[in-house]
Amino acid sequence: MIRKVLTEFSYVPAKLDRGYVNKTLYINVSDYKISEKPVTEMVKEKFIGGRGFGLWYLWNAVTPETKWDDSENEIIVSPGPVGGITQYPGAGKSLVVSLSPTTGTVVDSNVGGHFGPLLKFSGWDALEVQGKSEQDVVIFIDGNAGLVRIESLPELANDSHLLVEQLTDYYACNEEDKRSISIISAGSAADHTLIGMLNFSFYDSRRKAIRLKQAGRGGIGSVLRNKHIKAIVVKFAGVKGNLNNPADFNKIAKTGIKLHKEIKNGDDKQCQMRVRGTTYLVKIMNDYDLLPTYNFKYGSHSDGEKITAPHWVERFDLGKADGCWYGCTLSCCKVVGDFVLKTGPYQGQRVIMDAPEYETIAGVGSNCGIFDIDYIMECNFYCDTYGVDTISFGTLTAFLMECYENGILDQEKTGGLELKFGNGVAVLELLHQMSRGEGFGKIAGLGIRKCKEYFVKEYHADIDFLNDIGMEAKGMEYAEYVSKESLVQQGGFGLANKGPQHDEAWLIFMDMVNNQLPTFEDKAEALHYFPMFRTWLGLVGLCKLPWNDIVPEDNNRTAEPNKIPEHVQNYVDLFNAMTGRNIDIDEMLRQSERVYNFQRVFNLKMGFGTREHDSIPYRSVGPVTVEEYQSRQDRYDNQLVELLAYNPEGKSTADKLQVLRNYREGQYQKLIDAVYQRRGWTEQGIPKIETLQALGIDLPEVIAVVKKHLA
Amino acid sequence: MIKVNGRQFPWEENLTIKKLLEKKNYTFPNLVVKINEKVIDPENFEVAVIADGDDVKVIHLITGG
Ligand code: SF4
Repeated sequence: MIRKVLTEFSYVPAKLDRGYVNKTLYINVSDYKISEKPVTEMVKEKFIGGRGFGLWYLWNAVTPETKWDDSENEIIVSPGPVGGITQYPGAGKSLVVSLSPTTGTVVDSNVGGHFGPLLKFSGWDALEVQGKSEQDVVIFIDGNAGLVRIESLPELANDSHLLVEQLTDYYACNEEDKRSISIISAGSAADHTLIGMLNFSFYDSRRKAIRLKQAGRGGIGSVLRNKHIKAIVVKFAGVKGNLNNPADFNKIAKTGIKLHKEIKNGDDKQCQMRVRGTTYLVKIMNDYDLLPTYNFKYGSHSDGEKITAPHWVERFDLGKADGCWYGCTLSCCKVVGDFVLKTGPYQGQRVIMDAPEYETIAGVGSNCGIFDIDYIMECNFYCDTYGVDTISFGTLTAFLMECYENGILDQEKTGGLELKFGNGVAVLELLHQMSRGEGFGKIAGLGIRKCKEYFVKEYHADIDFLNDIGMEAKGMEYAEYVSKESLVQQGGFGLANKGPQHDEAWLIFMDMVNNQLPTFEDKAEALHYFPMFRTWLGLVGLCKLPWNDIVPEDNNRTAEPNKIPEHVQNYVDLFNAMTGRNIDIDEMLRQSERVYNFQRVFNLKMGFGTREHDSIPYRSVGPVTVEEYQSRQDRYDNQLVELLAYNPEGKSTADKLQVLRNYREGQYQKLIDAVYQRRGWTEQGIPKIETLQALGIDLPEVIAVVKKHLA
Repeated sequence: MIKVNGRQFPWEENLTIKKLLEKKNYTFPNLVVKINEKVIDPENFEVAVIADGDDVKVIHLITGG
């Protein structure tokens, strides 16, 4: 392969000490400058690692005026201090932080694959990439040789499944060495859309195939391609179980063994993640009226069964370890061993592909009214290789379909695409257009928020209707759960710092089914505790799934089974055993709260982060249309009687819709008030100075931003 | 009548936890079930009989990707 080395940087790979290398790698692709930076004690103390490091480095890189496509914007990858251990399941996550093209503010996305741990073992707690190259480049980090290069490799393919194969072959010395390589890449659609995502690769030596895990949310793949970075490659040979050099290795090993046993004994009786992955959620969500169908109009469908776990399991290549990092015995990352593509540029090719997860099945499948697993796999494959976030793509396409069915779009406007619900052929063509940067695909690739503006300006569409049905908040497309019957989850989506992704809080069962959060204080407490706890996983480099997709046998006898107290204690133990510190659960939550509040202030710095930015589309709160109301008429009529003492007899659906809407919108505002109060924020959603002081995140630059807003 | 998660639900003769879960279509696998605050282990769902007036909790643990 033709290669030109543009710059080279040598370093001495430092060993880890208690989970940290104490150095980060800075690369500027504008002027090909590479340097290392020390990690200070202050940064470790206040930001811990992972998402915290990402936020801090980005904060220092950008000004309030910086836009996602300015060269100052960065992509930061950081695995966190616990990340990379092989003893405890779920320890291979990396957190990626950048300014998002769709939200305009800071976004974080978590991802499996081997990049984060290999980066760390190569001598770096984080990678900061800034600048914008004039030509396509590859960044290559050799953690054994102590070498970083920026190179031009002009013969590389654009799409991830080809690109990662070329690069793995190119940089590996032999078959065995392929395991030492992990690659970050995007794909051709990330060149032309704002919903681009990042693939993080790892080599699956049992299947002799390269696997891809995704940092999907927020369009960071589009940022990568805007910087003209084709790929970032890390190579490190010699992964062992003790490279993190923890303060107390035995404690980590013991804690891990406990969870391995739990998974071995419990998974078959519980979620069966090892066989089904997250596909088991499809039936659950369909049963509880939570599976989005037809752009979140409804929560279940009679064809839902066609895309449930048994149909997927039939297609899975089981019996080989499916962890996305060494040691994850929960091994939820399933593989379809032999799939023949039916459309697009790779039509007719047989591929091994990472199987769709719940979010993808619901997003590109049920939410678009399509209940066909072959279509879903095809769509998943192309989203991955083109570098498109399946969640944003699914939610966006469902929105376009509703626009089409309401006459806002037609075949003339879509260039011939018949974007009706259920039309998988049209969806795949839309995706292929995105990869080519052509036709209606290019407009759609702007994401829902910008599409709404475009449809109003160009087609005189009714903005109120678009705002009601466009399932985005803060500019990010919704994740795939119907939140209408759970006020708390409406807040879980609407109040999330980065936009409506459920990785902060998934509280639908606690609220809607268990009825455990009757008062606003209860709701606010849940919307405080769970986002804080879950934020912490992203600070240290852990996967959320082993927290609650497997539970100890005696969890049902604990005082607060929803929190899975034994697993929370495991995390405290892991952190202490790694760092030699002595935190307790309260300090764990404070660590998160510091970073969480910092992110809120970061949003303020970028011109977001106040109350109006926590507003949500009415589709996520209640029924927008008459047909939607009538589909669950008994439920809504009963609520009018029970909650409002309003007699629905003889009233038109339009009248009832409006009464229900007034009530639900009012409830959401009350929820916001309660949550802001619990979090120590003003009525406008601004963290109070005393809150920041009490948390110890009252850095002068942080206070300066807040003061401006309090003035 | 019994209470299920604080809401009224009709009682019937020989109502076991298993039957109740079927009636409510509670198919989620990770449940914590209590009758009058007494924890019922999953292996006893089939035999644990609910009496008229009982307060039943069927706590679904958190899920979601
Ligand atoms: S539970 Fe699944 S996603 Fe999480 S680390 Fe394990 S294999 Fe990866």
